[in-house]
Amino acid sequence: MPRIVGIDLGTTNSLVAYMKDGKPCVIPGRTGRPMVPSVVALTDNGLIVGDSAKEHLTRSPERTVYSVKRFMGKGLADVQNELAYFPYSLTERGGVIRITLGEKSYSPPQISAMILRELKQRAEAHLGESITKSVITVPAYFNDSQRQATKDAGLIAGLEVLRIINEPTAASLAYGLQNKTQGTIAVYDFGGGTFDISILKLKNGIFEVLSTNGDTHLGGDDLDRRIADSFLDEIRTASHIDLSTYPDHMQAVRLEAERAKIRLSDELKTQIAIELPDGKGRYTRELTRDQLESMVMDIIERTLTPCRLALNDAELAPAQIDEVVLVGGSTRMPLVRRRVQELFGKQPHGDINPDEVVALGAAVQADILSGGTTDMLLLDVTPLSLGIETMGGVMSSLIRRNTTIPASAKELFTTYVDGQTGVDIHILQGERELVKDNRSLARFRLKVPPLPAGVPRIEVTFLLDANGILNVTASDMRTGQSQSIDVKPSYGLSDNEVEQMIEDSFKFAQEDVAARKLIEARLDAEALIVTTEKSLSDGARLVAQDMLAAIRDALTALTAAKGGTDPKAIRARMADLEQTAKPLSVTLLDDSLKRSLQGKKVSEVT
Amino acid sequence: MDHHHTHNTGSRDLRMARSMCWHCQSEMSGEYFCERCVKVQPVSKETDYFTCFGLPRRLTIDLKKLEAKFYEMSRAFHPDFYQNKSETEQTISLGNAATLNTAYRTLRDPIQRAEYLLDLEAGSVKDIRTSPPSDLFEEILELQETVEAYRASDRTSETGRQLLTRLMAERQALDQRKQDMEHHLQQICTDWDSLQDRGEATSQARTERDRLLKQMREILSNRTYVKNIVNDLAATIG
Repeated sequence: MPRIVGIDLGTTNSLVAYMKDGKPCVIPGRTGRPMVPSVVALTDNGLIVGDSAKEHLTRSPERTVYSVKRFMGKGLADVQNELAYFPYSLTERGGVIRITLGEKSYSPPQISAMILRELKQRAEAHLGESITKSVITVPAYFNDSQRQATKDAGLIAGLEVLRIINEPTAASLAYGLQNKTQGTIAVYDFGGGTFDISILKLKNGIFEVLSTNGDTHLGGDDLDRRIADSFLDEIRTASHIDLSTYPDHMQAVRLEAERAKIRLSDELKTQIAIELPDGKGRYTRELTRDQLESMVMDIIERTLTPCRLALNDAELAPAQIDEVVLVGGSTRMPLVRRRVQELFGKQPHGDINPDEVVALGAAVQADILSGGTTDMLLLDVTPLSLGIETMGGVMSSLIRRNTTIPASAKELFTTYVDGQTGVDIHILQGERELVKDNRSLARFRLKVPPLPAGVPRIEVTFLLDANGILNVTASDMRTGQSQSIDVKPSYGLSDNEVEQMIEDSFKFAQEDVAARKLIEARLDAEALIVTTEKSLSDGARLVAQDMLAAIRDALTALTAAKGGTDPKAIRARMADLEQTAKPLSVTLLDDSLKRSLQGKKVSEVT
Repeated sequence: MDHHHTHNTGSRDLRMARSMCWHCQSEMSGEYFCERCVKVQPVSKETDYFTCFGLPRRLTIDLKKLEAKFYEMSRAFHPDFYQNKSETEQTISLGNAATLNTAYRTLRDPIQRAEYLLDLEAGSVKDIRTSPPSDLFEEILELQETVEAYRASDRTSETGRQLLTRLMAERQALDQRKQDMEHHLQQICTDWDSLQDRGEATSQARTERDRLLKQMREILSNRTYVKNIVNDLAATIG
C-alpha cells in the first residue's frame, strides 16, 4: 500500500505529517519550519503559496487570499456580514463562493488545493517518493458540504482523501498515543477560524467520541478583527483617517493586531506602531494584556457554551473529565487557559505543540488506514442531526447529532396521487425545528413507478460514512430493484465541476512548473551577468579587444533573453555567454593564482 | 410529500436468509466471517440487536460487558480496517459498522432498549400520545393555563415572577413523575426477564407476558408525553 500522509489544512497554517517508526512527525520545509501559511497570492510570475505569499498580504491585498477555509462549502449569503473584512473580491456561482484573483476566479476548494499541492510537494521532496493518498482534518463541527468541499480540494490537488477526520479527535489520537491515557478527556480546539470541543472516552486503544460541539465561525481571526477594529477607531478619532479605504493599510493593522495578541501571551504589555497613509505619520500606543483581555472577553466566553452543551450531550459533569487537552494557536492565550481551567476545574494539558498535534494525529489515522497501527481505533460521531423536510416546512430528524458514524437510517416513501412518478426529497442538517433554520444539504427526486396512490413503497437509505459524508441509496420494496440517485448539493461543486477543476489544476501545475523554471532561469542568468560584468571590469586589460566585444555581445543577448518568458532561451544564451567568456575566466584565474603565489617559495606551494 | 417511519433495522420488512458465503459460496457456519475464506459477511437483516451482540432477549444488561462486546465487534467491522480489501468487503464493513452502531446505541439506553423489545415482541411502532394520561389530566390542563398566563405576562413584574416560580416548581414535580415512571418501568423489565428465564409455555405465562408488554407500552408512551411537556416547559422558562 502506498504511503498515506496526514494533513492539517488550517485556517491560518497548514502542515503535513507522516508516521516514522511508530511515531508521527511533521515534515519541515526548506527553511526548517513545518508550517505553511494558508495564503495564496497572485503575482506577476503566477500563483504562489505559503511564506512567500504571506509577504504579499500587505503589498497586494486584493490579490492575496487568506483564511479561505472560512468559505469552504458556503454560499455568499453565509458570509455577507464579514465581506467588508476581506480585501479580495468574492462572488458566487451555482451556490459556491468564487474568489477573484486577477482575470480569473477560483472556488475555495481550488484555493485550498493550491495549499495542499504545496504540502504534497513538500512531502514528496522529503520522502523521495510520489504522494497520492492522504487523511485531511476538518473542524469537528463542519457540516456535510464543508467536508465534501475539503474532499474536493484533495482531489483537485491530486491527493485521494481516504479519510476526513475531525481535528479534535485527531489531536486526541496523537495525545493518547504519546501519553497512553485512559479515561475521559475533553479536547478544546480553538484555532484560527473555528472552535471545536470534543469529549472522548479512551479505553484500551479505542477512542470513542461521546459528543462534539462547536462554532465553525469562531477563531483567532475574530480576536484579531476585534483588536484591529479598536485600533481603527482610535486612528479615526485621533487622526481623522478612515483606513478602511486603504486595503494595504487595513492588512497592516490586522497583522499588527495579530502580532500584538501573540506577544501578549508572554508579555504583560506591548508597543503598537502602524504607519499611516499620505505622510500622516504613525499611530502608536501601548496595549496591555488586561486591555486585550477585556476587548476579547466576550469572544472567549462564546467558546464556553458549546463546552457546556457537549458535556450535557455526553451526560457528564465537568468534574468527570479526567484530562483537558488544548489544541490550536488561540489556546496560547492566558485568558483562554484560565477560562477553560475554571470551567473544567482542572489544569489543562498543553504538552504537545498545539500547532502540530492535529497534523500528528492525522498521520496516526493514516497509519491505521494503511494497516501499520492496528491496536488503535477511533469511533467518531456526526456533529449535526441529519433529516429531511416534511410537510409544513418542518425538519424530521433521521440521524441524531452525536451518533457514532458510520450511521444509517431507512425511510419508506409512497405517493399521494394516483400515477405520481416522483417524490422530491430535501435533505437537511441542523438542530432546529423548521427547515428554514437548518442547513440545506441537497435535493433529489425519487423515481416512482406510476401506480395508484399509496401503493409504491420506496425505501431510501441515508448513510453517513466514516468521514461524516452522506450517501443516499433507494430501493423499490415491491420489486427489490435499487435505483441510483442523483443528489444535487445545495452548496457544493457537482462532480463535473470537480473534474473540470482537476483538469485545470493539471494545467495550473504545468504552468506552475513553467513559472518556476522561468524564475530559476532568470535568477541564474542574473547571477551569471553579475559575475561576468565583474570579470570584464577586472580582466579587460588581460584579453584581446575582439574577445571583449564578443563577450559584451553575448551579455546583451542574455539580458534580452532574461526579459523574455522562455526559460530555454535564457539557458541557451547563458551557455553561449559561458562559452564566450571562458578564455577570460581562465585568464583571470591564472592571473589571480600567479599573484597569490608571488613572493612564496615553491616548497610552500606544494 | 408523504413518508412513514420504519424502524431503523427494517428487520421484518426484508427477509433475506443468508446461508452461503458471498465469496466462496460455501455453507456459512461462522457468525460474521466465513470459516473457509475468512471474508466478512453482511449482518443478516433478520438478526435483531440482542442476537447481534450474542445476548438473550432480556431487559437487564450488563453495560460494561455490552461496551466490551461493542468495542470488540467495532475492531472486527470498522471500515478503517478494510482500506486494503475489495470494494465488496468495504461495502459490507460499512453496512455492518452502521448496524452495529445503531444496535449499541439502542441497547445501551434502558428506554430505547425497552421500546425496541416491545417493537420486536408486540410488532408495533410506538404509541404516540396526544392527550395527557388520565391521572395527569387535571395537572396538565392547569399547567397549560399557567404557561399561557406566563407568556402573556410582563416577565419583570411581580405576577410574572410568581408565575415563573410556579412553573419551576411544576417542572420539578413533572421531572419527579418521570423518574417514578422510569422506576416502575425498571420493575416491569425485571418481571419480564424472570418470566423469560422461567421459560414456561403455559397459558398463564402467556397472559402474564401480554400483561407486561401492555404495561410497558403504557408507561413508555406516558413517559414520552411527560418528557415532551418538560422539554417544552424548559424552552419557555429557560
